[in-house]
Amino acid sequence: MTNIMEAENVKLSYGDFEALHGITLAFPAKKLTALIGPSGCGKSTFLRCLNRMNDDIDNIKISGKILLENKDIYRTHLDLVALRKKVGMVFQQPTPFPFSVFDNVAYGLRVAGVKDKDLIEQRVIESLKQAAIWEETKDSLQRNALAFSGGQQQRICIARALAVRPEVVLLDEPTSALDPISSSEIEETLMGLKKKYTFIMVTHNLQQASRVSDQVAFLMNGELIEAGSTEQMFLSPEKEITSNYLNGRFG
Amino acid sequence: MAKKEQDLQEVVEQAIAQQKVPHVKFKGINPRNIDIARLTKPSKETRQERWGKGLTALAIVLIGLLIVAIIGFVGMHGLATFFTDKVNIFQFLFSTDWNPGAGPKHVGAAAMIVTSFAVTLLAAMIATPFAIAVALFMTEYESGKRANLLQSVMELLVGIPSVVYGFLGLTVIVPAVRTIFGGTGFGILTATLILFVMVLPTITSLTVDAFKAVPKELRKSSAALGATRWQTIFHVVLRAARARIMTAIIFGMARAFGEALAVQMAIGNAVLMPYNLVSPAATLTSQLTSQMGNTVMGTLPNNALWSLALLLLIMSLVFNFLVHLIGKKS
Ligand SMILES: Nc1ncnc2c1ncn2[C@@H]1O[C@H](COP(=O)(O)OP(=O)(O)OP(=O)(O)O)[C@@H](O)[C@H]1O
Ligand SMILES: [Mg+2]
Repeated sequence: MTNIMEAENVKLSYGDFEALHGITLAFPAKKLTALIGPSGCGKSTFLRCLNRMNDDIDNIKISGKILLENKDIYRTHLDLVALRKKVGMVFQQPTPFPFSVFDNVAYGLRVAGVKDKDLIEQRVIESLKQAAIWEETKDSLQRNALAFSGGQQQRICIARALAVRPEVVLLDEPTSALDPISSSEIEETLMGLKKKYTFIMVTHNLQQASRVSDQVAFLMNGELIEAGSTEQMFLSPEKEITSNYLNGRFG
Repeated sequence: MAKKEQDLQEVVEQAIAQQKVPHVKFKGINPRNIDIARLTKPSKETRQERWGKGLTALAIVLIGLLIVAIIGFVGMHGLATFFTDKVNIFQFLFSTDWNPGAGPKHVGAAAMIVTSFAVTLLAAMIATPFAIAVALFMTEYESGKRANLLQSVMELLVGIPSVVYGFLGLTVIVPAVRTIFGGTGFGILTATLILFVMVLPTITSLTVDAFKAVPKELRKSSAALGATRWQTIFHVVLRAARARIMTAIIFGMARAFGEALAVQMAIGNAVLMPYNLVSPAATLTSQLTSQMGNTVMGTLPNNALWSLALLLLIMSLVFNFLVHLIGKKS
């Protein structure tokens, strides 16, 4: 099992407040890793480090290493645009751009300078199919993406992230703003895509984590408490605190 | 006890008899202690609410009457040109012969209409790119002290009375235009340049609002897809803010179209079809301000001026309507 990404002793401070106290965690390729933990423990912060979405925040300090295919993404002279093509991201709220479904999904390719219309069209269709939203959108590709339901919008956003063929897709509570049916549709979508992509997903829904993930990492107060295969984490975690959290005794 | 209260008392008794009301042991909340007389009277809050509603309704009615009176008055006088003095409406709109003192055959406002639209559109066209650039700088690139400083400058520019702008234009721009382009220095170009400065802050501050209304998440999503900052601005922010920017431009145009004093001081006040940008001309507003003291109420020249006023009023309604239309569509 190869690791596509590895975090080594990642520390992060917002001003004087240290939010991550040195996290070391590896992400196996073509698997889904779930990041769980109580609110405010630093899950989103950590996730955002993985495609450098924290860079723009004022007074932020990041140390440690994050390797993508064995190269540190925090090295100087890194091409941010190239990094984000490799590591895509889907947010908690669906964030379709206020234009057509087609233009939404084609966006990443177009900003990367792809001009070939056939290639773009083929990728758009493929991505919509992968995100399991093709049936609902195939007759209305020119319709404004905002005109779809929340769950459909989220799958359009997943398609949009997939269109640039990333290696890794980061998901920050992708279903927490959705109804149960839409959520389970997204879950199925992710299950189907695991063969092709590596996913790293923050979730508060432990059942969801147990259903879709291969690896679980449990964070608390900016520390990685424990990580392991989903089965092992849910059935026989090493630490008592992990077991308490997974059994809903706090959090 | 009134009939209604007796009925209610009965309901309470029945409920207790049927044990629908759980037996309450606490002091004071025994169902028998309910003060039915008080419950059936409007409370203090209800009375206050009625008062408040009454007062606001009255204010609305008064303002409504005022608006109707203004529109009615302008309409009555403005239409008298066509009904009493028998001026042909097409002639009014399309003829450039403006000399109402010479009779109803000489009431053509086309030159002023064209000039009004020309200065408005030109001022908006020059101001918009600057407004967008300044607004982008303030929202996307700079958000700290310098943006606040710019904001204050813009607010200051809005607050300067138009006569000051006119005076400045008269002193600075008129001679400059005269030196560069020849002629008198008065004309559409000079008026446009003054209006540009006047509408710039209006369009800019509304455009800033437009950009601020674009959710941060869209910018983040765009960045997460590998877009550069400029690509994000160009493809996402500008696009998402498009309708609001249009609204900003229309508000700016409404201001330019209605501006009287500053334009009157710079445009030359000659009711002629403008054949270039540096020849003296007149707008609807400048003609109104410069002529309203020179006519006698009820005569054709006076009514003709009211027709110009009516046209201005209609245009302001059109601008408002456009803003609504854009708001509905997006
Ligand atoms: N931009 C920021 N500036 C300062 N502090 C921040 C910032 N973002 C997050 N924090 C702080 O860092 C800590 C971790 O926040 P983070 O959003 O990563 O938590 P989380 O685990 O994702 O929580 P949740 O489950 O509620 O989303 C919190 O204490 C939070 O207040
Ligand atoms: Mg979070």
